[in-house]
Amino acid sequence: MVNLPVVVTANAIDPGALATEFFRSHPDAAVATFTGFVRDFNETSRVQALFLECYVEMAGKVLTSLGEGAASRFELKAWHIVHRFGTLTAKEPIVFVATSADHRAEAFSACEFIMDALKTDAPFWKQEHDGAKATWVSAKLADENRRNRWVEEDKTP
Amino acid sequence: MKKEVVGRVNGTMTVTVKFFSLIREAVGEEQTTITLSDELRTVAQLKTHLGQRGEQWREALSHPNLIQAVNQRVVFEDQLLKNTDEVAFFPPMTGG
Repeated sequence: MVNLPVVVTANAIDPGALATEFFRSHPDAAVATFTGFVRDFNETSRVQALFLECYVEMAGKVLTSLGEGAASRFELKAWHIVHRFGTLTAKEPIVFVATSADHRAEAFSACEFIMDALKTDAPFWKQEHDGAKATWVSAKLADENRRNRWVEEDKTP
Repeated sequence: MKKEVVGRVNGTMTVTVKFFSLIREAVGEEQTTITLSDELRTVAQLKTHLGQRGEQWREALSHPNLIQAVNQRVVFEDQLLKNTDEVAFFPPMTGG
């Protein structure tokens, strides 16, 4: 079975099952995975639910381009990006990234690069619900700065 | 340069425009299809044209951090449009 490298889905994701499948399909020397979960707090209140709006057609293209960029830059053997959209509850997984390479440095760096670039470049918008009101999350300077760390030697995105 | 001819009617072009997040809420629409005369050729001119729909449109489309995409690629405002393009307007992205 060939898995699509990019999945953008409104269905719940199971990071454990995704990781197990990735290890099985890509038994390389070094595999890094990252999973992001819905936080249950923000600056001012508890978050009960998250609405994650997505421009689906563009998200698929951007994530594919990021994965391919990471693969060529860090000499990956394989990579996988899964991103949720729609309504999620606190603590639910939002994003899963896996990268495999011959050595850990490349696997770690590629995984971090994909996450940093995805935050600012992939068309998703978070709206937090605390029970009383809904608030669109603002883009953070820290995310912009993390993204820019990769630009100097950036070949692709 | 050869001009795009698919679906053209008498010097006009039709583009689909999508709105997301804050911008979608401000203009009150997810998507609109708009037929432009040949004099309107850039994303900036499309914004001005859409701004004529009212104050909320003008305000939303002059959002200082507004991002625009054409055919799912982020572009600058001076990007030239062609018939059947898909344009999108949205605020900075906050995924992951």
